[in-house]
Amino acid sequence: MALSMKGDFTDNLGKIYGIYVGGFAAFVVLMAIFSMIGVPDRFILWSYMAATIGIYAFIGIMSRTAQVSEYYVAGRSVPAIYNGMATGADWMSGASFVGMAGTLFVLGYDGLAFVLGWTGGYVLVAVLLAPYLRKFGAYTVPDFLGTRYGGNMARLVGIVVLFCCSFTYITAQVYASGIIASQFLGIDFRYAVFAGLAGILVCSMLGGMKAVTWTQVAQYIVLIVAYLLPAIWMSTVQFGIPVPQLTYGGALSQIAEYERLLEVAKPYVVPFQTYSAMDYFFLIFCLMVGTASLPHILMRFFTTPTVREARKSVGWSLFFIFLLYFTAPAYAAFSKFNLMGLFVGAGAEANYQLAFSAIPQWMIQWGSIAGHQLVTICGVKAETVAAIQAACEAKGFATGFPYSELALNNDMIVLSTPSIAGMPIWVVGLVGAGGFAAALSTADGLLLAIANALSHDVYYKMIDPKADAKRRLLVAKILLVVVALAAAFLARTKPSDILSMVAWAFSIAAAGLFAPLVMGVWWKRTTTMGGILGMAAGFLTTMYYLIGNVYGFDFVKGTGDEISWFGVASISAGVFGVPVAFLVTYVVSLITPEPSQEMQDFVDRLRLPKGGTMMVQGH
Amino acid sequence: MTEKLPPEVAEAHWSKTRNLMWVSLAIWAFFGFFIHFFVTALNNVVILGFPLGYYMAAQGSLIVFVILIFWFASRQNAIDEEFGVAED
Repeated sequence: MALSMKGDFTDNLGKIYGIYVGGFAAFVVLMAIFSMIGVPDRFILWSYMAATIGIYAFIGIMSRTAQVSEYYVAGRSVPAIYNGMATGADWMSGASFVGMAGTLFVLGYDGLAFVLGWTGGYVLVAVLLAPYLRKFGAYTVPDFLGTRYGGNMARLVGIVVLFCCSFTYITAQVYASGIIASQFLGIDFRYAVFAGLAGILVCSMLGGMKAVTWTQVAQYIVLIVAYLLPAIWMSTVQFGIPVPQLTYGGALSQIAEYERLLEVAKPYVVPFQTYSAMDYFFLIFCLMVGTASLPHILMRFFTTPTVREARKSVGWSLFFIFLLYFTAPAYAAFSKFNLMGLFVGAGAEANYQLAFSAIPQWMIQWGSIAGHQLVTICGVKAETVAAIQAACEAKGFATGFPYSELALNNDMIVLSTPSIAGMPIWVVGLVGAGGFAAALSTADGLLLAIANALSHDVYYKMIDPKADAKRRLLVAKILLVVVALAAAFLARTKPSDILSMVAWAFSIAAAGLFAPLVMGVWWKRTTTMGGILGMAAGFLTTMYYLIGNVYGFDFVKGTGDEISWFGVASISAGVFGVPVAFLVTYVVSLITPEPSQEMQDFVDRLRLPKGGTMMVQGH
Repeated sequence: MTEKLPPEVAEAHWSKTRNLMWVSLAIWAFFGFFIHFFVTALNNVVILGFPLGYYMAAQGSLIVFVILIFWFASRQNAIDEEFGVAED
């Protein structure tokens, strides 16, 4: 860098990211000027993509490393607040960014299960796990399991669980980045996937965790600005106060008013219309415990300089995540309010039906995107006014259609809001860049979690413990590319089953990993056998229910052999696995001989922050 | 692992840590689950347009979680310092 800097990179973080934020703001202003002087839209959208990928690549290349500890845990030098931002980006996936507000838009109160579940889990991380895992000083989550539960058997079971919950998840992220790239760059999805893949690899390949950390901080800044700006814009336009999180109460009361006029069957703020109360609370439970067990999240807390910083950084992580999650309901409420306003505006004399001639441009524009059914009117894809009119007339609506005949896909709410609310193209491009950043940053975290488990735990710990640093890093980088390519090729086939399995990741991680991690720290008496069998039992119970509930045991959907226990939805399958894992760990530990004195001393040391990390890693 | 802590000090430190854990988890369970059992009743209270039950799930509990973690971190730090087991 051209600046004169004393000390190394981490001493100058404030300065570097200050310059970065200034540069990013200047870039957005430049795009705003371009759009005003009439530069073509397409050029602006391409500029956003090129500039953001360019800066991520720059950070990725600057952060290349030849040191094992930098590659796996960023040299344990990431301050709490920066680790918080990186965790925020790591956590908020393309689906959170693109789909969260849409889910709330469609489900109303019931959608808040996701908001609660995906934030409350961090309390469990801070209190039960992060400080102890940091103190231990592992490179990966299976590394901890292997050491606490006597070696390779536990390590292997841990890797299987990790792989099951992370691989479907990364496929979905690559898919999401491909979708966003294809829409904004106007290129075919099959090639756009590889644009996404390139974006992922430039961040992670040369510098591992170190590079991913510093790009994730940069990505967090892009995604949070992109998320907040349109919401602030709408709030200012409608209520004159630029704090959407406060003003959307006004939108909520307006929505209630409109609902009476439009005779909406499911009021927006009334609970348990889509989910039963039981489903709602089970879902919150699984998402919370799952959050506290996902390896790509837990490993972020390995990177702080101290145990104390690890605890604080969980607080910062949740704060930065909170900024997005407490804006999402505002987003949803404003969009709902705007949309219902269209129909109310048609007037009582028109029976609050939107005339065919008054169908807004964006409905057709988003409705006619090939390969997706984003806007549905009177049961048909909203491609042309004529098609809509024909379908509605068949249903007996001669002049227009009522609010109840319009259905929007969850995924289009955030991406389409700027164009629906009539914001200029530079905001549209910014939102696209934000969604892309969210998908890339999560994909990077997942990629490292999987590839590091394979290279550190399988290759180094189980196959070739004598490998030197150079060889280990080479293997790590090759595996990283292999896993990324596998995910990209899978995403390219648009595997709908795999994409719907992402929701499973939380239940699988919760059932397989939460009990052995927590009991390994909090109950000294937990034995090797107890840990391994508890992990396996929780994992298998949940997998059994997931597969049995969704597919049945002929592996074909809807053939009548599907199981259902107490009517629990498959997304909440963890409610069976988590207690089973705790129970089996407890019972088996009691009937097997007490752990050795050595292991009990090990747990004692784990509980005291003083004295540096316990695991001395080879370099 | 320079000096080994006397067992009774380690025991006292862990017992305080454990109590803090239970208190934190109780607050977590209250705001993560318990309060939302009463959403329908709470929705009758409307502040600035927000029905209270909806507000708690959309914002209130989240704010509590953020504060809870920072409070926990500083309490745990105080416990570690009290027993001389904090990092240097």
